[in-house]
Amino acid sequence: MSKVDTAAPLASPAAPSPQYLDWLRQERRTQLSIRLAQIALLIAILVLWEVLPRAHIINPLFTSYPSAIWPTFVELLKGTAHQAGILTHTMATLFATVIGFMAAMALGVAIAAALWWWNGLYKVLDPYLVVANAMPKTAFVPIFYIWLGAALSVYGMSLAISLFITILMIYSGFQGIDPNKIKLAQTFGATKGQILTKVVLPGSVPTLIATLKVNAGLSLVGVVVGEFQSANLGLGYLILYGSQILKMNIVMTAITLLALMSSLMYLAIYWLESAVMRRR
Amino acid sequence: MSAAVGAALPKVELRDVGLRYFGLEGETEALKGISLKVAPGEFVAVIGQSGCGKSTLLSLISGILMPTEGQILVDGAPVAGPSRKVGYMLQQDYLFEWRTILENAVIGAEIQGADMTRARERAAQLLTRYGLGQFMHHLPRQLSGGMRQRVALARTLCTDPDVVLLDEPFSALDSQTRLALADEVAQILRREGKTAILVTHDIGEAVSMAERVIVLSRRPGRVKSDHAIRFGNAGGSRPAPFAARNEPEFNGYFNTLWKELEVHVEG
Repeated sequence: MSKVDTAAPLASPAAPSPQYLDWLRQERRTQLSIRLAQIALLIAILVLWEVLPRAHIINPLFTSYPSAIWPTFVELLKGTAHQAGILTHTMATLFATVIGFMAAMALGVAIAAALWWWNGLYKVLDPYLVVANAMPKTAFVPIFYIWLGAALSVYGMSLAISLFITILMIYSGFQGIDPNKIKLAQTFGATKGQILTKVVLPGSVPTLIATLKVNAGLSLVGVVVGEFQSANLGLGYLILYGSQILKMNIVMTAITLLALMSSLMYLAIYWLESAVMRRR
Repeated sequence: MSAAVGAALPKVELRDVGLRYFGLEGETEALKGISLKVAPGEFVAVIGQSGCGKSTLLSLISGILMPTEGQILVDGAPVAGPSRKVGYMLQQDYLFEWRTILENAVIGAEIQGADMTRARERAAQLLTRYGLGQFMHHLPRQLSGGMRQRVALARTLCTDPDVVLLDEPFSALDSQTRLALADEVAQILRREGKTAILVTHDIGEAVSMAERVIVLSRRPGRVKSDHAIRFGNAGGSRPAPFAARNEPEFNGYFNTLWKELEVHVEG
C-alpha cells in the first residue's frame, strides 16, 4: 500500500501504518490531557474555596467551605416542623424547571408555527416580540406573585423568561429553511400543512436542539427567581432563607445542587443531540 | 411552428402566456406572449440568457406559479396547480438531509398520498437501475454530487409523471459528471417515453439532448426562434447526447444558436 491511499477518505489500508498508530496515540494523549486539565481546574477551585476561608484570607462567614456542604446536606435532609427537607426543595425546583422548560418549548414551537403560517401575524407581532424578549422579566416577579399566587408564579416566571427567546429562535430557524426545499415539495403539490410537517419542522431540528440548550438554563433561572418570592419551597427559597439568617452553608449547598441540576440537564440534552444528529 | 406536432393533441401547450411580477418599485414583465406546443414524447430544450425567464416558464408549466396572461394546457386541460402528470427537476438536488436516499426518493409519492408500498418498490427499482442500489439506506451527505442528482431524478420519476421539466439540472455539477449525467438522463427519459422540457443556458447541452431547441429573447422573454435538431447519420434514431456532440451537424446547430443568443447581447 502506497502513501497515496491515505488521501482517499474511504480507502483504508488493510493494516494500519506505524505512522497512523503514532498519530492515534498522540490524539489519545491530547484528549486525556484536556480531561485531566478540566478535573485539575475543578480541584483547584475547590481547594482555594476550602483553604482561603480557613486561612482567614477571606471571611468564612461569607463563603462557607466545600467540606461543609456534605454535612449540611445530610443535616438538611431531615427537615423540621416548619421547613421541608432539602430533597423536597430540590424536587420542587427540578419539577418546576422541567415543566416550565417543556411548556416553553411546546408553546414556542406552536406560536412560531402560527407566525410562519400567517406571515401577516408575524409582521404585526414582530416589534412586540422583540421588545418582550428584551424586557427584564424579573421585574415581573412581584406582579406574577400577586396574579398567580406563590406556587404558580414560579411556573409563570420560568415561562416568561424562556418563551420569547424560544419563539424568536425557532421562528428564525423556520425562516432559515432553504426556500428551494419548499419549492421542491410544492412541485409535488404539497399543502401548507405538509410543507410544515415534512420540510420546515424536520429541517429545524438543529434549531430546536440549540433552543433546548438555551432554554434549559433560562427555565432554571426563571424558577429560582420565582422561588425567591415564593413562601416556603424550592432551592431558590432555600438560598434566600439561608442568606437572611446568614447561614452560608445552606446557601452554598443549595447552589451546589443547582450546579448538579444544570449539569444533568446539559447531559440529557447532549445525549438527545447526539441521538438525533446521528441521522444527519 | 414545428412540423413534428401535426394533428395530434399536444402534451403541453402554452397559449399567449405572459407573466408579470409585482413589486413596490413597479411591475416586471418576465415573459410575454409565449405560444408553444410540445408533442407527446418530444424532448424540447429552451435556451436563453440568464434572467430571460426560462426557469419561470417551467414554474408556470408545473403549476406552482400562475400566469398573469394566457393559458397553459397539459393534455388539453388548463393547469390549475401542481399536477401528478408533471414532474419537475430543479437546479440542485435539494435532498432532505434528514431522510435516507430511499425516503428522499419517495417524498413525492408521500406528499401525493400514493400507495407507499408500491412507491418504495418503484423507488428501489429506479435507484438500483441508476447504480444506487447499495446506497438506499445512506444519508444524502454520504453521496457525491452526481449520485445525489441521480437520486433527484429517481425522486422525480418515482411518481411516474408524463412530462418532466428540467431546470438546468446539471449546472451544479463538475463538467465531467455533467456530460455523463446528461447522457444518462436523456436516455432514461427517452426510454421511458417521457415528454421533456429542458431549460439551460448551455447551447451544447441543448443541441445534444433535445430534438427541438427554442430560443428565448431577453426580458421580457418571448419565443425568438424554434429549431428542429436532426442528425442524419444516426439513421432516423436519435444519437445519445454524448455521441451527438461528434455528429457533423452538431457544430452547425451550435453556431446558429450561438449567433441567435449573441444578437441579443448587442440588441
